[in-house]
Amino acid sequence: MSGVRVLVGTKKGAFVLTSDGKRQGWEVNGPHFGGWELYHIKGSPADPNRLYASQSTGWFGQLIQRSNDGGKTWEPVGNKFVYEGEAGTHKWYDGTSRPFEFKRVWHLEPSLDDPDTVYAGIEDAAIFRTTDGGQNWQELPGLRQHQTAADWAPGAGGMCLHTIIQDPKNPKRLFSAISAAGAFRSDDAGETWQPINRGLHSEGIPDPDAPVGHCVHRIALHPSRPDVLYMQKHWDVMRTDDAGGSWREISGNLPTDFGFPIDVHAHEPETVYVVPIKSDSEHYPPDGKLRVYRSRSGGDEWEPLTRGLPQQDVYLNVLRDAMSVDSLDPCGIYFGTSGGQVYASADAGDSWTPIVRDLPAVLSVEVQTLP
Amino acid sequence: MIRVVLPTHLRRLAQVGGEVQLEVQGQATQQSVLDALEASYPMLRGTIRDQVSHQRRAFIRFFACEQDLSLDSPDAPLPDAVATGAEPLLVVGAMAGG
Repeated sequence: MSGVRVLVGTKKGAFVLTSDGKRQGWEVNGPHFGGWELYHIKGSPADPNRLYASQSTGWFGQLIQRSNDGGKTWEPVGNKFVYEGEAGTHKWYDGTSRPFEFKRVWHLEPSLDDPDTVYAGIEDAAIFRTTDGGQNWQELPGLRQHQTAADWAPGAGGMCLHTIIQDPKNPKRLFSAISAAGAFRSDDAGETWQPINRGLHSEGIPDPDAPVGHCVHRIALHPSRPDVLYMQKHWDVMRTDDAGGSWREISGNLPTDFGFPIDVHAHEPETVYVVPIKSDSEHYPPDGKLRVYRSRSGGDEWEPLTRGLPQQDVYLNVLRDAMSVDSLDPCGIYFGTSGGQVYASADAGDSWTPIVRDLPAVLSVEVQTLP
Repeated sequence: MIRVVLPTHLRRLAQVGGEVQLEVQGQATQQSVLDALEASYPMLRGTIRDQVSHQRRAFIRFFACEQDLSLDSPDAPLPDAVATGAEPLLVVGAMAGG
């Protein structure tokens, strides 16, 4: 019988949650790496037992852990991330220039077809790749060396490259997103990159329609239709139908269009999920109600999903990498909160139950659908 | 024989229980001790000092013989008591945050 494995990164360790295909009873395993921040954990699509985890603290820096047995055991692999050539500078919050400096790995994106190949999105923003299972990491420097990079500036959480998406139909095409530079696309396997921010409008920058400088929070696509991307921006939920050539706003009737995660139903490319957050200074849901919003029309028209979610006195956040979907039928949706809950829906969002309620603050949630 | 005491998280990472004992070639300095430590326990690379610049991480301190050696030159000789193994070199995670 098929099952699911939910990989949860928190501020104080990693947890592995497993269930069968019914997704009703859960086994909780962890903490792994207790006391460390786990920004992201993700499994290889080519080998579900191969997992990669980004482990860090302010004291001891960055580690990368690899598991070959689905998270039962782990081994540290390479953690040397050195910019290729001249590091260059970017803008700091005060407008001065500051050298690019490695701080941490935000996101690990295993290759679609090779368990030993993984992309890493780091702060200060750059993309790295390993082809030997994490032992050695090399930068794909074309992104950080883009002519606009000297003008990139950090978002409130740091200048992080937090989203990496591989086009399942075109192995040479990659998408990435940086807070607060914007979205980028490569059509040559990461060698060169172009900003894809036309149509984004951000009031917080001098030119609201500038080609770079937008605080993109997350991008998601459905594998059957990789030219259609959905974006949760700092403010605004956006959509492109031409792989980033132009974006249009699809916030529609959302109670607020600020938020962090966005994801797409595994079997319905026009069904999209977001978690509206009140504002950029009030990082909690509006009206004290935890509501996931679902659009079944590719945006513009949204419905609140509340059954099983607390509807009073909720003042927590859901971070950009803390939502994921499984590929069972019906599709399962999962998200984790800054309050330590991981909620699951086994019916595409119609109803929710907490898998766990009292973990450390959740940084990331990824789901694997197991055979 | 040089004795090194690691903070809890690094002991777990290196899978060592108590003190680490190291043979150090030549003069015992912060640099030579860390070189020997990282050679024996490669998973510690980058956790105490930067892998390229070898600069001590900001929240790591080196104590020995009731002295703070953190700001000493990495090439300065360690106290005789550390070099002879009478006293351990303490690698300490600075107290900060929760």
